[in-house]
Amino acid sequence: MPEAQQHLAPASLEEVRDGLASAGYLASEAAALVSFLAYKLDKPVLVEGPAGVGKTELAKALSRYAQRPLVRLQCYEGLDEAKALYEWNYRKQLLRIQTEAAGTAWQDVQEDIFSEDFLMARPLLTAISVKEPVVLLIDEIDKTDQEFEAMLLEILSDFQVSIPELGVVEATTQPLVLLTSNNTRELTEALKRRCLYLWLDYPDAERELEIVRLHVPELPETITRRLIEIIHMIRNLDLKKPPSIAESIDWARAMLLLGATDIDRSLFDRTMSIIVKHRTDLDVVAERVGVKLDDGVLGQVRPG
Amino acid sequence: MASSDRSGPGNRGALYGGLPEGVPAGLAPQLVRFCEELREEGVKVGTAELLDAFGALSQVSWTEREDFREALAATLAKSQEDRRVFELMFDRFFFRAVEAQAVERGLKETRFQGGERIDLDDLRRQIEAAIRQGHDGEMSDLARLAVAAFGGQGESSGVIGVDVQRIRRTLDLRVQGRNGDQAGEGLDRDAVRRFEALLRRELERGLIHRTESLPPSKPLAEFDRALPGGPLQDLAQVHRVVAQLKRRLATGGHEARGRRRSQVVDVRRTMRASLETGGVPLRLRYRPRRPRRPEIYVLCDVSTSVTSASVFFLSVLHALHDSFRKLRSFAFVERIDEVTDIFERERTFKAVSQRIAREAGVADVSGYTDYGRVWREFLERAGDDLDPRSTVIVLGDARTNGREPHAGIFGHVADRAGRTFWLNPEPRLYWNYGDSVMQAYEPYCDGVFECWTTKQLEQFVNVVAGRPEINT
Repeated sequence: MPEAQQHLAPASLEEVRDGLASAGYLASEAAALVSFLAYKLDKPVLVEGPAGVGKTELAKALSRYAQRPLVRLQCYEGLDEAKALYEWNYRKQLLRIQTEAAGTAWQDVQEDIFSEDFLMARPLLTAISVKEPVVLLIDEIDKTDQEFEAMLLEILSDFQVSIPELGVVEATTQPLVLLTSNNTRELTEALKRRCLYLWLDYPDAERELEIVRLHVPELPETITRRLIEIIHMIRNLDLKKPPSIAESIDWARAMLLLGATDIDRSLFDRTMSIIVKHRTDLDVVAERVGVKLDDGVLGQVRPG
Repeated sequence: MASSDRSGPGNRGALYGGLPEGVPAGLAPQLVRFCEELREEGVKVGTAELLDAFGALSQVSWTEREDFREALAATLAKSQEDRRVFELMFDRFFFRAVEAQAVERGLKETRFQGGERIDLDDLRRQIEAAIRQGHDGEMSDLARLAVAAFGGQGESSGVIGVDVQRIRRTLDLRVQGRNGDQAGEGLDRDAVRRFEALLRRELERGLIHRTESLPPSKPLAEFDRALPGGPLQDLAQVHRVVAQLKRRLATGGHEARGRRRSQVVDVRRTMRASLETGGVPLRLRYRPRRPRRPEIYVLCDVSTSVTSASVFFLSVLHALHDSFRKLRSFAFVERIDEVTDIFERERTFKAVSQRIAREAGVADVSGYTDYGRVWREFLERAGDDLDPRSTVIVLGDARTNGREPHAGIFGHVADRAGRTFWLNPEPRLYWNYGDSVMQAYEPYCDGVFECWTTKQLEQFVNVVAGRPEINT
């Protein structure tokens, strides 16, 4: 697989950054560097940050850039290895036993039913056993409990899975692993030790402007700029849920659909629900930001 | 499924044998020393991390300051808190390393001469412009100029912090209002702070050059990472910490409790598991237990003796209100008043504290804390609601101003409630000195904690959430 090999080893940091940009993701300096290191050192990356700063998006962009399929494991409370790693296909095994003619030796049947034919590979096993290298995204790892984390350690450090009945399944290809966390609980030291750490935060105004312009290029720049200015002002308020990058983009799309030429108070009030999703937050934002739109403090679009 | 032909995790094998190529030999001991300093500050840096750091450095051009820093950060600092300590230590360590070399080799740069002739107004304009643009390189040059100019103008006080403020005052750098109210008039708070840091650095450098020796390296002041005790520190930071605690409280603790007490069989999962044994349910599967939501009563001292701490405590309360449905808060000085609904109605912290000051009937005549009266009134108001499921948390310094502590009445409160905790904003050392009567209340509490840093707060929260104390 010559093409894949070529993508396995980006030569420089700039290459990764440009590659991510061409995949539609404007990476920060840190994000690009850590992605580059993940390639070079074959280490999983632990990405933390507030909701909606593009943690999951980074994994998707990496998969597009590296032209590797994305295997995603969404974590939730109570996720166990049967859902994440592998499961024996009991029904198929039962059928197999039933269709077996009586008198077959137990040994034969046992060897038969615990073979790969009866194994249902879940995302983690899939990620290491496929022929083409993949990008493995383990999303919201903090939602699972600590036992699950411990189970991940084998995969993350040695890229192998032990199945008691089959033996050790080793990775045929090295996946690029990203774990995301919203930091709702402290992850174990053991897990962190095996990962590179990347903290993603909300981007500064200039970069967010670029991001929104990349996704909604049709919207006039002056409006986009003003929109970002308002978004940043809202993020500075003490809200239950500050608007994410995805919501800025949605809002920009809405502006485009409405054919807006200027963001004034009434337009803001009507479309506010796109970026603020909490009743009490709505009140705060209407009060603090809406008023400023009236005053015209935000009215002038600053050049440059 | 054959084994991979690419060698496992990275080129680590080479690392055990020696340094990867491209990392100069002098850097390695420096880096090890840096990691040791990080460890002293409580960042958990293991050998694995150190090896990763070397691996990462061999991949980036380590002459590029930002790349160098990010590569180290990605491999050494594995939480946001660690990252913060890392940033502080990184700047300090490598600054010191460079200066140490300079002293050792007897290098002296010719300081900027003719500082007396710099036009102050011109300098002020330039600095303002640089801060406005947030241009780091320019700011650093100008900081150097400013120090030179002021060094020539008058005597330095010898204390760096004082000099920084003096220069800032003379330059008349006004900071913008918190909410950007007078946009365009003041300067960005963070940018000014960055400029101050540069000034400080410049002054330190000057000091090192004059004395030709490095001052001993001190551990990061607890103050740098502590909760706001005074107006100096940043309230937003507390909010960030508390928000994090809140999320941890809301999600964590499931596995620590339950499983042992009465459980409900989960029919669906039992049936599923029974397939393994040919449809015979040999193993029962249980529903996971929901953690109990504690009913919390918080009593917060807002008198003047705890002014600085109560700002912090109120913000903790403010954040707690989002995560507990059954939380009732009370504020007290001489008398006690329930402030639960104020927290529920008001969103911003500022509004909350203003309304408590205005509306809650907590002060009477003297304005000194009267614990006896507070307990009595609390029992009258909420005594009937207390039950073994409720937790009472007192936030106060237990300074009675010489009044009778009435520990007996507090004992009644503690009896009725399931658990009682006391958080004292003073270091344990000061307890029971002067008019502090912590001793009288301590026997009735399930736990007393000193609480003036984030770590202490976090530890307390772990206890309330039913998780074992983390020893750090």
